[in-house]
Amino acid sequence: MSWFTDFPELSRETLVSIRKSLDGAYRGFSREYGENIEAFFDPLLTFLVWFEKLLLATPWWLMIGVIALITHLAARSWRLTIGVIIALFLIGLFGMWEDTMSTLSIITVSTLLSIGIGIPIGILMARSDRTQSIVTPALDVMQTMPAFVYLIPVVMLLGIGKIPGLIAVIIYAIPPVIRLTNLGIRLVDREVLEAAVSYGVSPWQKLWHVQLPLAMPNIMAGINQTIMMALAMVVIASMIGVAGLGQPVLRSITNQYFALGLFNGLAIVVLAIIFDRVSQAYAKRSQAYLGGRE
Amino acid sequence: MSTQNFIEIKSLYKVFGPKPKSLIPMIQAGKGKQELLEETGHTVGLNNINLDIKRGEIFVIMGLSGSGKSTLIRHFNRIIDPTEGQILVDGEDVLTLDENSLREFRRSKMSMVFQHFGLMPHHSVIDNVAFGLKIQGVAKNERLEKAKTWLADVGLEGYGNQYPSQLSGGQQQRVGLARALCTDAEILLMDEAFSALDPLIRSEMQDQLIELQEKLHKTIVFITHDLDEALRLGDRIAILKDGELVQVGEPKEILLQPANDYVEAFVRDVNRARALTVENVMKPPVNRITTSTIGEAIEQMKATSKEYGYVVSNEGFEGTVLQETLEKAVEGEDCCAEDPLTDALFETVAEISPESLLEEVIPETLDNERPLPVVDESGELKGVLSRSGLAKALGSSV
Repeated sequence: MSWFTDFPELSRETLVSIRKSLDGAYRGFSREYGENIEAFFDPLLTFLVWFEKLLLATPWWLMIGVIALITHLAARSWRLTIGVIIALFLIGLFGMWEDTMSTLSIITVSTLLSIGIGIPIGILMARSDRTQSIVTPALDVMQTMPAFVYLIPVVMLLGIGKIPGLIAVIIYAIPPVIRLTNLGIRLVDREVLEAAVSYGVSPWQKLWHVQLPLAMPNIMAGINQTIMMALAMVVIASMIGVAGLGQPVLRSITNQYFALGLFNGLAIVVLAIIFDRVSQAYAKRSQAYLGGRE
Repeated sequence: MSTQNFIEIKSLYKVFGPKPKSLIPMIQAGKGKQELLEETGHTVGLNNINLDIKRGEIFVIMGLSGSGKSTLIRHFNRIIDPTEGQILVDGEDVLTLDENSLREFRRSKMSMVFQHFGLMPHHSVIDNVAFGLKIQGVAKNERLEKAKTWLADVGLEGYGNQYPSQLSGGQQQRVGLARALCTDAEILLMDEAFSALDPLIRSEMQDQLIELQEKLHKTIVFITHDLDEALRLGDRIAILKDGELVQVGEPKEILLQPANDYVEAFVRDVNRARALTVENVMKPPVNRITTSTIGEAIEQMKATSKEYGYVVSNEGFEGTVLQETLEKAVEGEDCCAEDPLTDALFETVAEISPESLLEEVIPETLDNERPLPVVDESGELKGVLSRSGLAKALGSSV
């Protein structure tokens, strides 16, 4: 009657052999295909390195100018633009300019990739309930599985470096943009869609002229969330060798440097606020039609 | 207006549920909607609909919510596909069209106006009006030019750069109407187009539609749940109940000969004064006087045992005379029975037109003890309308 008091668990030997065979299989897989997969990501790595170098090589005043210009074009608000200039200047003043640029480069690339991959997936999900029922649990896993767990296979496969870091960031950050693209398209008013169909739109015209523009508020919210989550992954990504603001934070954890951690943490917060305010202001401005009389 | 059938719908069925086809035999066997829902979980949307719509008419499909009217209109341009049946437009079977020809068909043949307008909130008013043309690939300048003229035609000149959310409901629906007209489609589908508007704006829009229709002669399929609206707009009306056609006919047929209790219950609440015309309820003029002398006129009146009469000559209606007036004239000194009837002897009684709505002639009719002459445009006496005749027509008993 041992099963009555103890859980009837698998024997130690069985568990070990399961784990061993899984590990073995994966190791075999990564040995077999690791190089090919690495080669596949090479262009991306080249681009990442080039982009980071570009940001670092650009003189600080020009960089601040460019970011201020983008901010102003997107938000058309002098207050926000001046705030961004001051914030970036302070980051530089406290000696975190280079790390900030590294972080900025990986965040920018991972966000662009997330959008580029996420929006099409979201569109596919919105088009078919079956796709939605397959993708949704996958997104749930991506969002709840501890980041360290999926770092292991990525690192086993690709080693330590920028690409595994980028993949980890994307896995963690992509779900919101997928979910909200799907939601946004599904929420488009039925009568507006019927109107479009009754005037003879092709599926492509329907997507481009009606569904995507009307889903835009939700998609923008998704992009905004994706950026925030990407920034939150910076510290974890730094554990597998991604340069940037996460490295000093990691160092200050192990060495108990409170001030160093605080400064770099604040720099991450400042980046987050800049990204958030600029993307929100842009979204709001591009949806001016929603205002007016209700 | 030709009498050729432009749109034909033949034994159309629509069933909602997992296996719609399998239900057709059961419906044809006469099982009720409720019964089928309980037994099979399928909903019968449309049940054996047959319609012929003529070119250039306003055809109103009327029914309460759940009667399937919105489902039916969506079959015309195949936003919904039928379970079984045929839809012919200008002789072409719409159901055989493949995806591309269907798209082409929707672009060129039909345009639609929606209850809640269905405007693109992210496009300006002018871009909304030009939407159909944009989809067809018409060059920007050309389509905006055309959209501008249509916008002016619906009375919204100068609103082009606004967004729909900045307009009132009535204005938004004008945009919807302009958008539908802008593609020059022959058929206009209007799904409860005015139902979301408040009453004053609604009747304004109805007037505008009638006015536009006089100019454009489109074939209009108009859906409504409002019988007053149906009677006002419709050249013919189809009444739909639980997915079945109950009656199809001209407004006066619906009003005066309701096919069953259901229609009758509807008709009871209608403002007949606004729905019926004089022509619909007038009586034939029995006491015509077809002579030109006073004496014979008196004789003819006596023969009809009425103390008044309507004088008709070759030129048409001349006037109303009273026996009393004529007898007085003959008794007098300056006149005798052989003298012709002159204008001076005619009563000053209003003439009413056969096309007038009863509402418009109530005051005149009530003011006169005697029936009023109904005279058409060419001066012909068509009939008479009495107080009691009017009262009977306006009363609820049919």
